[in-house]
Amino acid sequence: MSEKKFSKKHEWVSLDGDVATVGITKHATEMLGDIVFVEVPDAGKAVEKEGQAAVVESTKAASDVYSPISGEITEGNKAIADDPGSVNTDPEGASWFFKLKIKDKGEYESLMSKDEYDKFCKENPS
Amino acid sequence: MGSKRVIMEVQKTALYNYHKNLGAKFVPFAGYEMPIQYKDGIVKEHISTRTHAGFFDVSHMGQFFLEGDETLITALEKIIPADLKNLKINHSKYSFLLNNEGGIIDDLIITRTEKGFCIILNAACKENDIKQISQFLKKNHKHLLNNDLSLIALQGPKSVEILEKLIPGVTNLKFMTGNNFEYEDENLYVTRSGYTGEDGFEISISNKKVEKLIDYLISNEVKPIGLGARDTLRLEAGLCLYGHDLNEKINPVEANLRWAIAKKRKEVGGFNGWEKIKDLLANGSEKIRVGIKPDGKVIARENTKIFSSDNNEIGFVTSGTFGPSVNAPVAMGYVKSEFSEVGTSIQLEVRGKKYGGKISELPFYKKSYVK
Repeated sequence: MSEKKFSKKHEWVSLDGDVATVGITKHATEMLGDIVFVEVPDAGKAVEKEGQAAVVESTKAASDVYSPISGEITEGNKAIADDPGSVNTDPEGASWFFKLKIKDKGEYESLMSKDEYDKFCKENPS
Repeated sequence: MGSKRVIMEVQKTALYNYHKNLGAKFVPFAGYEMPIQYKDGIVKEHISTRTHAGFFDVSHMGQFFLEGDETLITALEKIIPADLKNLKINHSKYSFLLNNEGGIIDDLIITRTEKGFCIILNAACKENDIKQISQFLKKNHKHLLNNDLSLIALQGPKSVEILEKLIPGVTNLKFMTGNNFEYEDENLYVTRSGYTGEDGFEISISNKKVEKLIDYLISNEVKPIGLGARDTLRLEAGLCLYGHDLNEKINPVEANLRWAIAKKRKEVGGFNGWEKIKDLLANGSEKIRVGIKPDGKVIARENTKIFSSDNNEIGFVTSGTFGPSVNAPVAMGYVKSEFSEVGTSIQLEVRGKKYGGKISELPFYKKSYVK
């Protein structure tokens, strides 16, 4: 599995061959607060880079989760749909959102590194 | 005629800095900077209120005092459909201000005091409320919106034990009654009431002494609770939020609050909108407020459209969230009255998709008031 890359919309991506795993960052979960609903995409769905792919809701509000990379969904993580609170516990590990077969590795390469993302969060507090 | 002066500056309660030190996240609410949550977050704050006790700074709400003779009762009864004549001193009622169409201008708690009444008004409505009430007041009726007082709600099963140690005698208060107490050489007015479905108190205290009261509560492990958990708590308890579940176009019959119109007043009338309400009481309303439980985990938030099982649009959601104590999503909304029976299957349109749900009993969470 490759190193994690990060988007400005607070998603992370890791790559294993041509299959990417996408989730939301710890920073995102801290902004959202208690997560109480998750909707993940079904296998077979095509998603565009920065297109809406999943939904996450906290006690406060509903937010879209975008795919930082285009491709075809191979799996949505049903476990987090059954236990939305687990996203707060392990957002960058077991509580990934979906996997997709990617088309263009360049899209992955263009995302931020961990250091770049941390800096981005510091410069863009919300 | 002078020009109207509009004060746009955001207001703060006396506890603003205290909240800041407690790690509050603030949001603008009804012209005030108010804590939406503290470090623990909404779910933990909600649960600690239900299992131990929490305090809420609700000083943004209006504490409106009225003084006068018998004619004050007559004046207020023109806009408030409660039986104020027979309201005993130190007893409180939930009621509303009504417009000529029977629409709810605001919902409120009115308490009879030695000299008249105290009305607790919603922050966003209080200025207009006072204008509306003033239309009926006579020269000999005194009134004051007291901004020198803070209002603290202490809610949860441990509230009574904790407050009794500080203010002996509060244990004797029954639900929806109040009394004067002494604290730090000052007078306090405490009522046994709240907005969470839990036993608890609302404490009217001078801005100067309020920090000291909060110090005491925190030393007794009472957590600060923000507006976020206040909303999930009140929704589980089936209580309305003005501006969402209630507004000027909704009347008490539609709001399923006919119980809050005094029996005597239902018979005799004599208040704003009586003709309309009399008709609604006899014939029912076209739409009515109901509780709603989505079947799955999906949250049906405000403005979610409601459909019948055969796909006809029948209403809309006015409040919806995840209920931490129910451990499921909960909502309230208005549906055509023929669909209001508990158990009726409905569909909720969320993000373009329809999800199943049912009309549910209110409250979602069983109350434990001390009667």
